[in-house]
Amino acid sequence: MSVTTSSVDERAAQIAADFPILQTHTSRGKRLVYLDSAASSQKPKVVIDSLVDYYSNYNANIHRGVYEIAARATDAFEAARAKVARFVNAAQTEEIIWTRNTTEAINLVSFSWGLTNLKPGDAILTTQLEHHSNLVPWQLLAAKTGAELRFIEADDDGTLRLDNLDELLRGVKLLALSHISNTLGSIAPLAQIIPRAHAAGALVLVDGAQSVPHLPVDVQALDIDFLAASGHKMCGPTGIGFLYGKRALLDAMPPFLTGGDMIKSVAYESATFNEVPWKFEAGTSNIADAIALGVACDYLDAVGMPWIREHEVRITRYALERLRALVPRGLEIYGPARAEDRGGVISFNFADIHAHDLASILDLEGVCVRAGHHCTMPLMDKMNWSATARASFYLYSTEADVDALIAALEKAAVVFKIA
Amino acid sequence: MDDFYKEYILDHYRNPRNFGHLEHPTAVAEDLNPLCGDKVRMELSVGADGKIDDVKFTGKGCAISQASTSMLTESLMGKTLPEVATLSQDVVLENVGIGISPTRMKCAMLGLKVAKSAALGEIATWPDEAGH
Repeated sequence: MSVTTSSVDERAAQIAADFPILQTHTSRGKRLVYLDSAASSQKPKVVIDSLVDYYSNYNANIHRGVYEIAARATDAFEAARAKVARFVNAAQTEEIIWTRNTTEAINLVSFSWGLTNLKPGDAILTTQLEHHSNLVPWQLLAAKTGAELRFIEADDDGTLRLDNLDELLRGVKLLALSHISNTLGSIAPLAQIIPRAHAAGALVLVDGAQSVPHLPVDVQALDIDFLAASGHKMCGPTGIGFLYGKRALLDAMPPFLTGGDMIKSVAYESATFNEVPWKFEAGTSNIADAIALGVACDYLDAVGMPWIREHEVRITRYALERLRALVPRGLEIYGPARAEDRGGVISFNFADIHAHDLASILDLEGVCVRAGHHCTMPLMDKMNWSATARASFYLYSTEADVDALIAALEKAAVVFKIA
Repeated sequence: MDDFYKEYILDHYRNPRNFGHLEHPTAVAEDLNPLCGDKVRMELSVGADGKIDDVKFTGKGCAISQASTSMLTESLMGKTLPEVATLSQDVVLENVGIGISPTRMKCAMLGLKVAKSAALGEIATWPDEAGH
């Protein structure tokens, strides 16, 4: 496929037109330049409309009502599950469990699978790059079970050091790692890592929060055991995410939260539990947001996940080129050097301007970036950074957005009197 | 907010006053702002007359937190610990001038929070901080 940069940018601009918020301006009259999609993506109108449609036309509880709108809500809710299953190429729809977000999906595995299967002498392996959501649950699980927590080391650009992986994997029951680092953008070579983990007898949980929205993720091709992701980072609403788990694993796991909807029958003394996936979905589910996440999957599929990945590589390459022009003036860029080796995430610092001051000045120009530790405090300590600024891209990001970022950085240089 | 980064703010950020440690501090406290990762440690020395005769701070973080802490150390000199414990946010707002956005208020107030915590001997809280 040969496409010129300008036609690519034209396509992204057409996509941006689908997102109402990207047509808005800040209180200072600046065009909203949204470069924080790694924290939360914006939502296309079809997703917003689906929420209004549900609440306006068929709001009802699911799995129990016999009347028409309850049946319609149940059908839409379960159809959305099937869409998510197709989106990550799960073998069965029942392998998708709704959660609030990635964090809850990881906690489900930690509490349900972890407490059942780990004992003193076992080990959990993770990496130095993890978001707190894929670190703290394993710290607590290790403390509760007596299992050991180990780390795959990372180079300064976020590349995992895999030379001693087989040694690290000895005695490991679970390897939990992020597909793409939310701080550095580096991509874990899952196709290389997962077979080695399986050979050592470990299951693999992939934190897909930064990858599922941005590139094709095929759980069967990669042979992933558990995959966690958040809807709000993939054009869906907040408050909905999912856990993928292989059916045999999920069938063998005890419930996590308990109560209504997850039972088959209940007596005063005991209960029998529902089938997968409902066994893990206690209480009334987030029906509206699950349906809207299904719509978001349709939207992303219509654009095409391979196109989204190619587009983000192009935009990231362009941003890296433009940012590098500021390096002689004190800009530091973190993460892998080549756009092909990273997600659409660029962390940086500018001379002695603290990331939060930088973000405040960029905000004046309508440019939204994240600043801080990105929920990766151990990684920040390891790198000896107190904070970084982070620009992140998505399918609607354009070269004009990158140009606005650069212009705002020039403004920051003036404010902070940087030559 | 663009008015906020005035010459004297940048001067206090790049050349913080009373930066370092005391040999024999009377009261010490430190805290961090998890939003920004700002850190401040403050050490107070109280003389025989009950008044602060020396202040040192160490810290790292954004210009707002570090400059406002640097300026605050100058304001603390000569005050008693009970006076420091009851300081309101006005002391910081007067020092730094106008224009701090609500999202950065915690950065500006970190030094004051630490100074009050040192004076109180426990973590100081703000009336409007409930639920944060």
